[in-house]
Amino acid sequence: MKVLLSWLQEFAPVDGDPAVIGDQLSALGLAVESMSVVGEGLDGIVVARVLELGPHPDADRIQIVQVDAGDGEALQICCGAFNMSVGDLVPLATLGTVMPDGMEIARRKMRGEWSNGMLCSPVEIGMGEDHDGILLLDGTLDVGRPLVEAMGLRSDVLYDLEVNPNRPDAMSVAGVARDLAACQGAPFTLPSPEVAETGGNATGRLSVEVLDPVLCGRFAARVLDEITIGPSPSWLANRLTALGMRPINSVVDVSNYVMLELGQPSHTYDLDLVAGSAFRVRRAVEGETILTLDGIERTLRAADGVVADADDTAIGIAGVMGGASTEIHDGTTSVALEMAWWDPMSIATSARRLGLRSEASARFEKGADPEVADLAMRRFAQLLGESGATLAPGMVDERGETPQREPVRVRTDRVNKMLGTDLSRDRIADLLGSIEFAPEPAGDDLDVIIPSFRPDSATEIDVIEEVARIHGYGAIERTTPRSTITGSLTQMQVDRRTVRTAMIGMGLDEVMPIPFLAPGDLSRAGLEVDGITVTNPLVAEESVMRASLRPGMLATLAYNASHRMTGLGIFEVGHVYRQPDQPQPLPDEREYLAVALAGRDAADAVGVWSALADALAVRNYGLVADDPPGLHPTRTARIEVGGAVVGHVGEVDPGVLDAFDVPERVAWFEVDLETLLGLPHGDKPYAPVSRYPSSDIDLAFEVDDDVPAAEVERHLREAAGGLLVDVALFDVFRGAPVGEGRRSLAFTLRFQADDRTLKDAEVSEVRQGCIDAVQANLPASLRG
Amino acid sequence: MELDLDKHLADASASIGGAADLDALSVVDTDLLGKKSVVTMAKRGLGDLEPDQRREMGGRLNEARATIEGLVAARRTELEAAARAVQLEAERMDLTETDRGRRLGHRHVVTQTWDRLEDLFVGMGYTVAEGPEIEDEWHNFGALNFPLGHPARDMYDTLYVDYGEPQSTLLRTHTSPVQIRVMEAGEPPFYSIMPGRVFRSDTADATHMPVFHQLEALVVDRGITFGDLAGTLEAFTTAYFGEDFTTRLRPSYFPFTEPSAEFDIQRPDGSWLELGGCGMVHPEVLRAGGLDPEEWSGFAFGFGLDRLALMRHGIDDLRELFRNDHRFLSQF
Repeated sequence: MKVLLSWLQEFAPVDGDPAVIGDQLSALGLAVESMSVVGEGLDGIVVARVLELGPHPDADRIQIVQVDAGDGEALQICCGAFNMSVGDLVPLATLGTVMPDGMEIARRKMRGEWSNGMLCSPVEIGMGEDHDGILLLDGTLDVGRPLVEAMGLRSDVLYDLEVNPNRPDAMSVAGVARDLAACQGAPFTLPSPEVAETGGNATGRLSVEVLDPVLCGRFAARVLDEITIGPSPSWLANRLTALGMRPINSVVDVSNYVMLELGQPSHTYDLDLVAGSAFRVRRAVEGETILTLDGIERTLRAADGVVADADDTAIGIAGVMGGASTEIHDGTTSVALEMAWWDPMSIATSARRLGLRSEASARFEKGADPEVADLAMRRFAQLLGESGATLAPGMVDERGETPQREPVRVRTDRVNKMLGTDLSRDRIADLLGSIEFAPEPAGDDLDVIIPSFRPDSATEIDVIEEVARIHGYGAIERTTPRSTITGSLTQMQVDRRTVRTAMIGMGLDEVMPIPFLAPGDLSRAGLEVDGITVTNPLVAEESVMRASLRPGMLATLAYNASHRMTGLGIFEVGHVYRQPDQPQPLPDEREYLAVALAGRDAADAVGVWSALADALAVRNYGLVADDPPGLHPTRTARIEVGGAVVGHVGEVDPGVLDAFDVPERVAWFEVDLETLLGLPHGDKPYAPVSRYPSSDIDLAFEVDDDVPAAEVERHLREAAGGLLVDVALFDVFRGAPVGEGRRSLAFTLRFQADDRTLKDAEVSEVRQGCIDAVQANLPASLRG
Repeated sequence: MELDLDKHLADASASIGGAADLDALSVVDTDLLGKKSVVTMAKRGLGDLEPDQRREMGGRLNEARATIEGLVAARRTELEAAARAVQLEAERMDLTETDRGRRLGHRHVVTQTWDRLEDLFVGMGYTVAEGPEIEDEWHNFGALNFPLGHPARDMYDTLYVDYGEPQSTLLRTHTSPVQIRVMEAGEPPFYSIMPGRVFRSDTADATHMPVFHQLEALVVDRGITFGDLAGTLEAFTTAYFGEDFTTRLRPSYFPFTEPSAEFDIQRPDGSWLELGGCGMVHPEVLRAGGLDPEEWSGFAFGFGLDRLALMRHGIDDLRELFRNDHRFLSQF
């Protein structure tokens, strides 16, 4: 919503430095998005008449314009706009003028043709947004006069305000003025124009019937006669222009002016064209059609509201757009003026479906003031009276349902408890009264009648917000509550940090790919799951929620490789989303850790896992050869912790790497963090360090290739018993003299007792037991 | 045979000095001081001498022995030092050739910001709560006082997913649904923050992403006021940004808080920056969370987490956070 300071001042004597007023508006919740001073810096701009238009010999986008700048002589200007005709009056920045943006106008050649000044667009002189065309001036202005003088401009301040959706009242100049006056302690008054009435009474000249009282809370109609369609006076056109609306003609401009000023949209019908002079407000018949003002035939739905005539033919879409059949035109003499209150939901639905959101529908759908019509009608008549129109006596005023406005009990104690203030009942009453909330004392408390222009406000807390707003958020003393609980992270949150710290410690960089995938990304990654699909994706490439971190990680490696960054080690901690096995309210969503080591092999991935297991004190885990989809079939193992599968470690399937354009081998490790961290871990019981010497023995076995080293180790551990404190695989050897299909696995075992030095005999007994156990249970033989 | 000790000592000194290395010195040492050395043999022959002569000769021999021992020891020290110097020289390294490139990885800037904020609020006595990223319509909107068809739902460009009834399940548009989950899961008082990932149907540009991160805070206790909200935001701001930053609140509108406000921070240079939204938890939201608004009151605030990460490092494009370019990631 844009407002001019001069316009605000018509309602209240608000004053002050423009920047201070801007801060006050922001502090009232009407955030100032921009502020500009208009009507300044326009010295040197004069009214000029277009005498002749002709093409530029060397440029298509420039034309040669001859103008009269007041001396009757033709002055040549090169101009990049084409919206003017011969005879139009236009603003001319004469030579030497310094424009508001600081540019100085000088005589110069444009593609070989002299230009002796510049014709100005609205935006160049701060009189609107339009920068495509030259501002066309009121044809009655004096040619050659300075523009400011000719148009009666004065220096003014234009604020562009961001109005929250709960404040339809602030979508009017009067509404903004009301708030600002309350803030400044200035009196606010709505004008009450007295307009002479003449002619036949409206009650005898038209009829209104509200057939759907939910759709239409109020339909008020009056009649204006002696209509002449012509341009608006320049002061009115200037204000519309400043607020971003294009002047069209006297009737349309007055309608827009009243809407901007008081927030009440209106619609005008050529009364002679309304069949039976009847207005019947009803819902549309499904499939009913209407030719709207913009010349488009629209098909309506049963939910849309229409205004129909005596023949029950729709002559307008309620609150959205009028019909072409009753549109005012140059020959119109009498108009029916409609000012209505429409059900916000109905208007919102129709306007959105028809793609016809306008300044009017925006006000209706947020909730207009159902009680301002009388005033707005008189204001309309007063303004249109300037062009000779007369107001007929009488008003036809039919009502449907509007929101109930019961008084709201506002407890003084509650206000202060919510805000942390110490306001008296009477102070609260004063604050509310300043914005026309009507408070009546009720003991220590207040019963407040909420004004009709504040549909957002209906409960005690709504009124408390108004108290806070007018009192000033900044005036409320700041206090900081001491938390009455102990701040902490959950074990899961602590563990998640440990996971990241471990990954960082291993030199891995954390990545954060977006969790959207393109259809087919999951199958390209070799995965046999369906992701959850997005119903309304922005683009197809972001239409599937990831069911695995793998596609995003591989795409990250491919992106970096394509920029000559290879050999990266990366990890991600993030959510994956899957269809659940059993019906449940929400999809299966769980947190995963994934690690990709480009240019390295499965052994490195195993190293990352075992370091993580160490960091989290996960014990009792094992790796079991496995070939899950998308991973390297002969270089992958599933990770089991206490028998539960928590993830996989190995390498990515080379075919998948090709599909993702990853040029290197990729070691891979992924773990379901929620499952892993839900299993026993982190327990670090103290074991006393033995003070007795330890004994090491080395054992090397020749073992079939398909027997996992972990199996040999398991048998060694079982046979060694409690004296074993450590076992490590320190050498793997293939080739002669070891037989084909077998390899040598060499282990070091360390034995130690807590209470004595081990005797040689003891150690060799355990040693023999270990050898026997491996040889008896596995296709393995001790190497000599 | 008369022993010429002076000559012997001179010869000994020469051979000790002539020992070129520690091995040679050890041979010389044995020669001069061992069982068969001149000095040892002479000492053994002292018994044949008269007592006076024996005393005198014994004294001279001991003296000679000590002198030789001293010479050997000095020569050994000399040779050891030389050997050490040779050894060390052989070990000389140019350390500028030898960076083996061991490096730590890098936490993502969003994670770094997230952790800093968590630590700060934990220090202020808050816990950290989490919720699902794919939410139901009730937690994301209904319970937060956005009835169906409420125009304020238009403020959010919501992405829905195909799950359950149409438009029943969505990618959460804010972290606020976690407020409801916190209230459902426990009993007040609540002092919690809710960092998390949120989604909007926004085309990516320098300041928008379809995926980004927010941090929400919820306090519900007895007697919590709007003044507490303002004071808490001020305390957070000075703790996170610095003592020379301050805050202001401006009236705003959110269905789930009332009074509602935007909160801005003021930088030391005087400029203001809109940081986030806040307000007193709306009575309807407390009711949706199963709490009596007459007994409990609370405030909530939320802001974009990514933007804090951008600000800290002077990054000017939000998309960089999600591009995962190694040259970007390894800077932080």
